[in-house]
Amino acid sequence: MANIISDETIEYVGILAKLELSPEEKEQAKKDMGSMLDYIDKLGELDTGGVEPMSHVFPVKNVFREDIVTNGDMREEILKNAPEEKDGMFVVPRTFE
Amino acid sequence: MAKQYETVIGLEVHVELATRTKIFCGCSTAFGGEPNTHTCPVCTGMPGSLPVLNKQVLEYAVAVGLATGCTITRNCKFDRKNYFYPDNPQNYQISQLYLPICRDGKVEIETEAGRKFVGIHEIHMEEDAGKLIHDEWEDCSLVDYNRSGVPLIEIVSEPDMRNSQEVIAYLEKLRMTIQYLGASDCKLQEGSMRADVNLSVREVGAEEFGTRTEMKNLNSFKAIARAIEGERERQIDLLESGEKVVQETRRWDDNLGESYAMRSKEDAQDYRYFPDPDLVPVVLDDDFLAQIRAKQPEFREEKMLRYKQEFEIPDYDIDIITGSKHMADLFEATVVLGSQPKKVSNWLMGETLRLLKEKDMDPEDICFSPENLAKLIALTDGKVINNSVAKEVFELMFEKDMDPEKYVDEKGLKTVNDEGALRKTVEEVIAANPQSVADYRNGKEKAIGFLVGQTMKAMKGKADPGMVNQVLREFL
Ligand SMILES: [Zn+2]
Repeated sequence: MANIISDETIEYVGILAKLELSPEEKEQAKKDMGSMLDYIDKLGELDTGGVEPMSHVFPVKNVFREDIVTNGDMREEILKNAPEEKDGMFVVPRTFE
Repeated sequence: MAKQYETVIGLEVHVELATRTKIFCGCSTAFGGEPNTHTCPVCTGMPGSLPVLNKQVLEYAVAVGLATGCTITRNCKFDRKNYFYPDNPQNYQISQLYLPICRDGKVEIETEAGRKFVGIHEIHMEEDAGKLIHDEWEDCSLVDYNRSGVPLIEIVSEPDMRNSQEVIAYLEKLRMTIQYLGASDCKLQEGSMRADVNLSVREVGAEEFGTRTEMKNLNSFKAIARAIEGERERQIDLLESGEKVVQETRRWDDNLGESYAMRSKEDAQDYRYFPDPDLVPVVLDDDFLAQIRAKQPEFREEKMLRYKQEFEIPDYDIDIITGSKHMADLFEATVVLGSQPKKVSNWLMGETLRLLKEKDMDPEDICFSPENLAKLIALTDGKVINNSVAKEVFELMFEKDMDPEKYVDEKGLKTVNDEGALRKTVEEVIAANPQSVADYRNGKEKAIGFLVGQTMKAMKGKADPGMVNQVLREFL
């Protein structure tokens, strides 16, 4: 493996992804990430000079909707996705700036 | 000699667009709905849901770009800005990093120091987040996603401003332009326009910029001005005492008149942007731009010039009237209905401004129609009602738009032109107030005012004060 992921890097990525990893999981994740980066490096070997960057594989553009209200009140349905609800709202751990 | 410092300010302005629906779904953007009643799988970030761009958002963004001299990006797309925070259940905000819709614009501002241009770095389209409410009882937070997915444009200026006057002139200019386009009502207090201030200081003559901070939570022009002064002082104090300014986001507390560093959402400010694969590219052709260009309104400066030529009203009135798109529309529509411009202006500058101030309202919220204002002016012109009755009726019209003709009819408020009735009342008032009559006859001119008042009162305000005065003098 050409890409060696350091402990600091896996720690940082863990914070960004809000993941708490056990020491074993960390080792596995370092390996997985290293091989993913190796794969990306492989792609980097291609000469892409003069190739336009592409963000979509399909030749589709300009898909719009008109500014018309089409959704009604579906609170009950939506709140079924809440782990916990109160007063019609999603309950989450205390969060504030 | 003490060092001289220069303040360098750039602004990030978020504007909530006046669309009926959200940016990527058919949910309503209306205010005041019960929590989470304007939500769907798209705006609550459910897996498998597909966002589709609201065409009106694109049109507004391009219109603002054209009005601020920007170059429109013909081939633009959306990116995901990744962060974890419960106000955004997708864990990313759909925004534009790589190819924002507008770039390289500028607007001209005017302050006491003169005119100058403020550059616009870019304008991009993005979605707003939900609202967190803190539940003190349960020690948890509650989330309402009604605002999640409401369309915003973010206007990023160049660091071209040097003091709070310039910042406020710039914000006023943006607000006017956007209001005239009808793209937003731009109310700072209500959050439909939000400004974050990026500020740094440097010694006068220095080439390099100093380290900047970003100030959030500025809800009024006054708060912005105070925050700028406060942050300038704070940074200069740091530098003078040999310390360094730390690049950070700070929250302004306008009551305390000071700011504090915000705990960052997580120490790592790493948004890991990447193109949003759910949204297809937006490619704009000449026809589209021509259509938007054709719809651009007459902006404030042009309107002011035309008013000066067309209407005989003072410059001061023109300034106030054109300072609100809604007021300008109301003025013009009333004049078209045949009212004399000066009279329309008088109602707007007098009673309307007084009531707006009294009720702490914005001119954009004026509810009476030009038809009803024209009718009221016709009623006073024709001396059907006197001025004090007109003011009373106007106050009701201001409260809730209503037909003054009908109201005056129904309530019997027409001026009584029956001279017999007036003479009879005057006789009664004179008989009942011998002291005032004596005072007047002894040369106390003011006493007649009291008698006029008594007569008006006896006639329930429906007499013409001029006529009352005349008849009284006759009797005395
Ligand atoms: Zn929705």
